[in-house]
Amino acid sequence: MNLASLNINIYSLLPLLMVVGLALFVLVLDFFIPRGGKRALGYVSALGLVCILPFVPMFIETVPSYAGFVIADTYSAFFNVVFLVSSAFAIFISIDYLRRLGSESGEYYYIMLFATAGMMIMASANDLIGLYVGLELMSMSFYILVALRPGKGAEGALKYFVLGAMSSGILLYGISFAYGFSGTTNVNEMAAIVYRLPDNNTYLYLALALIGAGFAFKIAAFPFHVWSPDAYEGAPTPVTALLSVGSKAAAFAVFLRVFAVALPAFHGQWSDMLWVISAATMIFGSVVAIPQKNIIRMLAYSSIAHAGVILMGIVVNSSAGASAVLYYSLVYAFMNVGAFTVAALASRGDGGEQLTDLRGLASRRPWLAFFMALFMVSLAGIPPTAGFMAKFFVLASAVHAGYYWLAVIAVISTAIALFFYARVIFYMYMRDYEGAELPERSLFTCVTYGVVLILTAVGTLALGVYPSAILDIAVRAVGPLFTI
Amino acid sequence: MTDIIAGFPVLSIIIFLPALGALFIIFSRRESVEFIKWTALGATVLTFIVSLYLPLTFDAANPSFQWVEKTVWIERFGMSYFLGVDGISLFLVLLTTLISIICVFASWTDIKTKMKGYMALLLLTETCSLGVFMSMDLFLFYIFWEAVLIPMVFIIGIWGGGRRLYAAIKFFIFTFTGSLFMLLGVLALYYYHGKLTGVYTFDATVMWLSPVAPYIQWWIFIAMFLGFAVKVPLFPLHTWLPDAHTEAPTAGSIVLAAVLLKLGTYGFARFSLPLLPNASMEFAPMLMVVSLIAVIYGALVTIAQRDMKKVVAYSSVSHMGFVMLGIFALNADGLKGSLLQMINHGISTGALFLFVGMIYERTHDRQIGSYGGLMKAVPVYAVFFLITVLSSMGLPATNGFIGELMVLIGAFKAHWIYAVIAVVGVLLGAVYLLWLFQRVFLGELVYPGKGEIKDLNLRELCASVPLIILIFWIGLYPRPFISGMEASIDILVKRFEINSKKSMLDTNRVAAAPDHSQGGASK
Amino acid sequence: MIENTLHLPILSLLIFIPLLGAVCLLFFNAASKDSIRQTALGVTIINFVVSLLLLAYFDVSTHKMQFVERLPWMPWIGSDYFLGMDGISLTLVLLTTLISVVAILCSWTAIEERVKEYMIFLLILEAGMVGVFVSLDMVVFFLFWEIGLVPMYFLIGIWGGKRKLYANIKFFLYTLFGSVFMLAGILALYFAHGKATGVYTFDLLRLYEMQYAYNLQWWVFLAFFLGFAIKVPLFPFHTWLPDAHVEAPTAGSVILAGILLKMGTYGFLRFNLPLLLDATMSFAPFLLILSVVGIVYGAFLAMAQKDIKKLVAYSSVSHLGAVMAGIFALNQQGIDGGVLQMINHGVSTGGLFLIIGMIYERRHTRLIADFGGIAKVMPVYATLTLIIFFSSIGLPGTNGFVGELLILIGLFKSNVLLSVIAATGVILGAAYMLWMYQRVIFGEITREENRTLKDLNGRELLTLLPVIVLILWIGIFPGHFLRYTNASTTHLVEMINKNHPADVVATHSSAGAEAHALNAHADKGEAHR
Repeated sequence: MNLASLNINIYSLLPLLMVVGLALFVLVLDFFIPRGGKRALGYVSALGLVCILPFVPMFIETVPSYAGFVIADTYSAFFNVVFLVSSAFAIFISIDYLRRLGSESGEYYYIMLFATAGMMIMASANDLIGLYVGLELMSMSFYILVALRPGKGAEGALKYFVLGAMSSGILLYGISFAYGFSGTTNVNEMAAIVYRLPDNNTYLYLALALIGAGFAFKIAAFPFHVWSPDAYEGAPTPVTALLSVGSKAAAFAVFLRVFAVALPAFHGQWSDMLWVISAATMIFGSVVAIPQKNIIRMLAYSSIAHAGVILMGIVVNSSAGASAVLYYSLVYAFMNVGAFTVAALASRGDGGEQLTDLRGLASRRPWLAFFMALFMVSLAGIPPTAGFMAKFFVLASAVHAGYYWLAVIAVISTAIALFFYARVIFYMYMRDYEGAELPERSLFTCVTYGVVLILTAVGTLALGVYPSAILDIAVRAVGPLFTI
Repeated sequence: MTDIIAGFPVLSIIIFLPALGALFIIFSRRESVEFIKWTALGATVLTFIVSLYLPLTFDAANPSFQWVEKTVWIERFGMSYFLGVDGISLFLVLLTTLISIICVFASWTDIKTKMKGYMALLLLTETCSLGVFMSMDLFLFYIFWEAVLIPMVFIIGIWGGGRRLYAAIKFFIFTFTGSLFMLLGVLALYYYHGKLTGVYTFDATVMWLSPVAPYIQWWIFIAMFLGFAVKVPLFPLHTWLPDAHTEAPTAGSIVLAAVLLKLGTYGFARFSLPLLPNASMEFAPMLMVVSLIAVIYGALVTIAQRDMKKVVAYSSVSHMGFVMLGIFALNADGLKGSLLQMINHGISTGALFLFVGMIYERTHDRQIGSYGGLMKAVPVYAVFFLITVLSSMGLPATNGFIGELMVLIGAFKAHWIYAVIAVVGVLLGAVYLLWLFQRVFLGELVYPGKGEIKDLNLRELCASVPLIILIFWIGLYPRPFISGMEASIDILVKRFEINSKKSMLDTNRVAAAPDHSQGGASK
Repeated sequence: MIENTLHLPILSLLIFIPLLGAVCLLFFNAASKDSIRQTALGVTIINFVVSLLLLAYFDVSTHKMQFVERLPWMPWIGSDYFLGMDGISLTLVLLTTLISVVAILCSWTAIEERVKEYMIFLLILEAGMVGVFVSLDMVVFFLFWEIGLVPMYFLIGIWGGKRKLYANIKFFLYTLFGSVFMLAGILALYFAHGKATGVYTFDLLRLYEMQYAYNLQWWVFLAFFLGFAIKVPLFPFHTWLPDAHVEAPTAGSVILAGILLKMGTYGFLRFNLPLLLDATMSFAPFLLILSVVGIVYGAFLAMAQKDIKKLVAYSSVSHLGAVMAGIFALNQQGIDGGVLQMINHGVSTGGLFLIIGMIYERRHTRLIADFGGIAKVMPVYATLTLIIFFSSIGLPGTNGFVGELLILIGLFKSNVLLSVIAATGVILGAAYMLWMYQRVIFGEITREENRTLKDLNGRELLTLLPVIVLILWIGIFPGHFLRYTNASTTHLVEMINKNHPADVVATHSSAGAEAHALNAHADKGEAHR
């Protein structure tokens, strides 16, 4: 193994290194910023991420580098964009959120950045070990971030940590089985070997089950979802936003890469397993979200239901399905971050993000209510919003591949889900506010909220009305997965 | 037809003029109510005037789509921004633009709070409904179809009556669920058509050139049926309608009855028939029976109502059953009849809601029992109400008669027994409508509240007179309407017949073709 | 069908003059009641005069349709605006235009409330009635048939008596019930004709040309029967009539009895007989029985009434039973008598309602017991009443005699037993009428209020004048009238005889022959198929 065959290519890691560098820079900067001015770190982090964004598409390689450890293909680039965008949004809204919470700190920002770096590693990993490293970096960062909220945070963080650590163990166990029967952790090499394996390889099944379970935990699929509502509720709302969008997208990125690239030969086997998980997750998430009184918990369950829908795109194992997953991840970043932003803004700030707090929001703060309604409509999957288009692409891929019943289940779960999304709208528009008047706060007291809301709203609408361009990119991005 | 017609994109202008008005309203000040009202009125009137360009330049002899606009939208899926109007949609478009003006009039003083949001939503409803009637791309059709829900839910939920939340959420969930299944049907159709021809497109005019195999149609028909039938609403999927109607503000009820219900029947006539001819044929007897049940059941339930608005709401179930009967008679007469009956129902039921709204605005009471002898107090109102009632029950010389007669002719062609039972429905219709009129307008003068009850004012006259004129126009001289739709309906029936044979020929070919699905077909 | 020799759309004029008048009245000030009344009267008189033109230009030598007009209306289903008339419709149209004048005159002072609407409704009603008698397109016919309901609904519903709302909805629903089945029957014929010939049309004359399968005829007959029999009203469909009559204002009753009821019998003559001859033959015995039951039953009920108006109403049931019996005797005398009796009943019962209205206006009661000795204070009234009563009874010298005689002869030819029973009914008619006359007009004045009653004034005389003239004229010169209807009725009878020479003999009495006739029809039906 000489140096050339290792293919050391610094450029393939450049965006990742830039994020890590930014994190370190913020870490260092933290020492020089006085206690009251930590928000400057937030601006630096967020704007830094925005500046890194253009570099992502500039460094695309078709060949794996670092001995096949990393690949900076269009696929990972697409996800990197999703991560950077959602992180930037999350950090932007953190600035005012933390101030209100009274827990402004420097470590919050650089841990956010480290979490982002972890996601990026996951998306670029072409090797199960690399993937695991990224996943752990991301998870560790989130364990801390969840705990950062005074009061409730500790409970959620503990639950998240215990279950997360277990799931990491399960995943690692699955990886070891995979290594056991294939002798490699590289996904491309594994694919070649797996094709030659007999159908009844027990270790293969074990590996499939364990890896699947590990990933299912990260996307909070039923029945591995238990941690998510508590973690979501306990975490600072911007962290929840990133957790539901970024970490989930990262998990989907590795899910797709491992199953579609390394194990396509056993599609028949794993698709059955994922079919069941997807169906159960969609229905469970939608049904359980209905009785929720807390917006964050409701969004957590809604996020579970959405994970089930996205999973459909993986089940079908086609270019159409995979591109739909990518598109969905991007759209979800916009609409869900938007929804969490409104939730963060509308809450009283004392930790209770109850649905009832939204009562009469339309008359108190019409624009805020309008944005929230838009995100809810999009999450419910009603045109002409991006949420509809994303769901449509997934459904289309499922119908195309002949998964009619899965599509029917998705449709039913969407119908059920309408109920709780509509309820949010109803609370805002059709119920009057009771009790003490909230302090009137204009939308633009903190400019960051305004920026995030307008950008997410524009994204939600634009991706719904004209999805062609991004969809084409997504299709090109998943090209490498299905050509090998 | 496949290129963008050079020049004037008149259909887009008609669709988006109201939306533009809505945009103006959104950025106006909340307090300037008068400005908002006049802007809304201006937008609807302008839209109507522009839409009058259509009948003036309409070529009645040409059965295909006119003023076509087509732009590629999502190339990967073969979706396009494809608008066109033919004889079938022409009158529905005109009805929509006219009814919208009347809705604005009806809301002038009826709506007391949040005028800004209300008018904006009303205009958006118009935009979306127009979009549904004009889109010839199934995907675009679906987009407008779903989008129309949102403003309607808001109108019911915010400006509705006491149980508005319940009504709004029921309406929302019923129609949304139905249309999701329709989406699945559209998708399946898209793929099977693609598999059959190699052309993956949502363009309905291309899709209906090669219908898919009958056994596939069967499933797709059920899926699309769920979407359309909920909207119609066909018995037994109608339960959302009375609630929505009762709770909605007057203009909401008008637009719901006059325009939104037509979306469902329009969908059946426009897409189910030519795209799924064999399934339509197979389901037709069943659907006709269900329609008849709807006609009779709707009428019987209406008789028992005590609330005027509920009477009108349930009568819609009965009347829309009639429209469905005509469509699934599957012949030209029935189709012409139901298309005319769609217009008629829009006019007469719209007018009935308008009138119920007018009296409610005066007394805040809709109970039939609270009224009596109103003819003495408000003669003009009473005469208008009467004309509408007569039109709704299909008395000769009004529009309802022509429509019902043609539907009956169509149904008779299918089988005489349908017509005979439908005739009973007509009779029951007369019972509840006349009884309503008699209790409210004849006898001793009684009305709730003190003080004088005023007859119609100028604004109300402006809102009702066009409808009254249309009632007699269609009733006495229906020729322009029928000759407008004739060519398009004839070609529809011809296409239906050709396709029903063609798809049978293709069946073997599809069965022999390799299955492209990736192992999931059994799921 | 004969070209319109008049070169004037006279039938349309007859329909649209009253409509135009109604539209004009819309713009009148509701307070200026007199000018409204005068205008309405003027319009009806003009219409009457125009209708007299028909007499002058009518060709009595043919049964074919005259004064035809035809404009395309709904060509896509084969329905035209198609008008025309033969002798039967001519007499009825003239009766309509005349009775309309009378109706306006008799409402001059009786209606004080909302005169404008009242007159508008009367005029629309006139247009509808004329339309029914002259339309030759089934859809147009149905249109006018239904339009007539609406103004009648209001005449009873607004200006009626105490139980008007009940009577109203009963009237409306009953007749509507019948007419929707009639519509179904029309559609059945339309399709049968269309399928057989390829020409889908509602043109009555085209529909006449075809011979329909017996089975279809049977059902269509039943459907038409429901529509027409309710309108007539034939026993047992008559229950709406007394209620409607009692509650209607005088003019309403006059029009109802004078014209609207004739629409039913006209329907039988115009549609059932020529279109559905086979079915008519097999239904005829059954209808005859119903008619005769109607005659007797109506008479008995009339006898038991305490209210004058109700008495007259029930006498209408009896008289129309006689008309129906005449028509379904299916021979020349019977049909001639039926047609003549339609006019007679219009004149005499119309007259009866007029005189009741006049006394009611004075006393505001209609109970027989409240009167007595009227002849002493109102001699002119008593005399005219007597003439009208005689006409109603059918005394020789009045119109009623000629009509009833013809009917009885026709009936006798067809069925001896029934004719005997019918004759009893006529005698009963004399009994109740004369008994009432005796109680109301003769005797001592028992009530003080009756002492001061004023005799008829000029307007009232004018109102009754045409009635009296017609009663005597028809009674003395029935030929003047039969001349006009002769060609048409003869043609009908010819059709009956030509198609079923054997059946005419067979229907004499025996049930066995009837069964034989039925078999013959069934065979015929098979052959058609």
